[in-house]
Amino acid sequence: MARRKKRKEIFALGNEAVVEGALLAGCSFYGGYPITPSTEIMEIMSARLPKTEDGVFIQLEDEIASMGAIIGASLAGRKAMTATSGPGFSLMQENLGYAIMAETPVVLVNVMRGGPSTGLPTCPAQGDVQQARWGTHGDHPIIVLSASNVQECLEMTITAFNMAEKYRTPVILLLDEVTAHTREKIEIPNEGEFEVFSRTIPSMPPEWYKPYEETVRGVSPMPPIGSGYRFHVTGLTHDRNGFPSQRPEEVVELMERIHRKIDQFFYDIQLVEEIDTDDADVVVIAYGCVARSAELAVQQARENGVKAGLLKLKTLFPYPRRHTERVLAHAKSLIVPEMNMGQMSREVKRVNMGRVPVRTINRIDGQIVTPSEILKVIMQG
Amino acid sequence: MKSPQELDRFEIRFSGLGGQGIITLGKIMGQGLALGHGYNVTQTQSYGPEARGGSSRCDLVISSKPISYPKAESLDLLVALSQEACNTYYPYLKSGGVLVVESDLVKQSPTNRFLGLPFTNLAKDKIGIAQAMNTVVLGSLSFLLPFVNQGTMRKSLESVLPSKIKAINTKAFNLGYRLAKKQWGDDVGDVWRDEEDLTRR
Repeated sequence: MARRKKRKEIFALGNEAVVEGALLAGCSFYGGYPITPSTEIMEIMSARLPKTEDGVFIQLEDEIASMGAIIGASLAGRKAMTATSGPGFSLMQENLGYAIMAETPVVLVNVMRGGPSTGLPTCPAQGDVQQARWGTHGDHPIIVLSASNVQECLEMTITAFNMAEKYRTPVILLLDEVTAHTREKIEIPNEGEFEVFSRTIPSMPPEWYKPYEETVRGVSPMPPIGSGYRFHVTGLTHDRNGFPSQRPEEVVELMERIHRKIDQFFYDIQLVEEIDTDDADVVVIAYGCVARSAELAVQQARENGVKAGLLKLKTLFPYPRRHTERVLAHAKSLIVPEMNMGQMSREVKRVNMGRVPVRTINRIDGQIVTPSEILKVIMQG
Repeated sequence: MKSPQELDRFEIRFSGLGGQGIITLGKIMGQGLALGHGYNVTQTQSYGPEARGGSSRCDLVISSKPISYPKAESLDLLVALSQEACNTYYPYLKSGGVLVVESDLVKQSPTNRFLGLPFTNLAKDKIGIAQAMNTVVLGSLSFLLPFVNQGTMRKSLESVLPSKIKAINTKAFNLGYRLAKKQWGDDVGDVWRDEEDLTRR
């Protein structure tokens, strides 16, 4: 058996790990505007990307243009990303919808900080969860991922690029200030130890090509602009050729397809990690840095004789209903700690449908929910 | 490498003013412990929106086991480089934990059990630049903490610095180490040397 090549270890910030992940996934375009606490992603990209074979880095005039630039780069065949925080995420919402409508794979990292508005620039929060789901207007599908430690920042960035390419859709990676600004030892995987997925490029003669054709997967091949395939891109509801259409049957076909291409692959998209949930009476459902607090609290509760478990969400949307229902089969209560007024607990309650009590722990003071706060609620039974 | 002392969530907080190099200090120490000594380390930070001034804080959690919660909750070591930081974070020090202060900037210590050195003036007078203060602290802590290997930490320090400031920082590191040994005494780290004590809890 071939000996496994030793992996390179670095002591890195969550934000640095995002850059490492993006470069491993094949990102070759970054367009952005710096904002705390996501700035290091842009800073390190500006140093690293120009040193790669064909990497392009642009600082744009604002976040609206940043989003426009990465959509353009993606249409030209690049794997493209941007990163932002709070106010910048709000500015990106309109073009995010454009990327959904034009089925353009891009990765958007939002490092959540306290809000609304300028809020608490250097403090953690999880207030953008429902904005990530519903921030851009119109009925739309979206994939929202999260990470709770530095190694996961690397892995989930690769996953974000893979899902964007696989499903021709923008993917949002939601981090928080704590995760982004924690330094930890991480391992950089060697080539071949992780999957890299790239969009399918059409192989038929150009005159046969339809950019928005109905397919089994709901995703049609995507040529880079300028490669001989005719390709019209619009934010208007369009027909299979990409030209504007208001015919109800064509509108329905498009809308159903962009939802179906995500909905029929829940098993691939919905990622969770379960710790001690198999026999748990009390299950904590958490994501981001709060999941780390919860992990310690669950461990301490077990030491105190309470059967506690953790369901850590790595995919926030589409919400992992199947996994939640599985823990609901035996759990006597659920606890949802988060750094907002209860954005994810809504989803949990929707799935729970009143079966067991759902208790929430909410912090909106720019501080992380601590293990002792969670432990206290677990021990209340 | 000698086998490292077994640790279970050893928590350090560096605190003081923005601009003192507190986060850099935590980063370098964390890197030395994680890559050089092979511990699991999380380094987190907390700072205000001001570019300089304001308060700054950096937590290190060091453990032989994987670390879940990345921030410090009850401190084994508090390093306070300003009076305000000392007042704010002293209550988080666990009983038996050690307080290290900048003795010129922290005029009133909340306890008579503390270790002090005038780090800023040492850097200014003996090294020539006040900015080397954080490296003097790093040197002192490398003496104080029984699980830190001086040579490994110095190597780690040198590996992250640009070449033009390497020599001056090595000097600052050695100064901190030497003075800590002289002023604090050889057995100062004994509070943590009892392994039983560190892994129980």
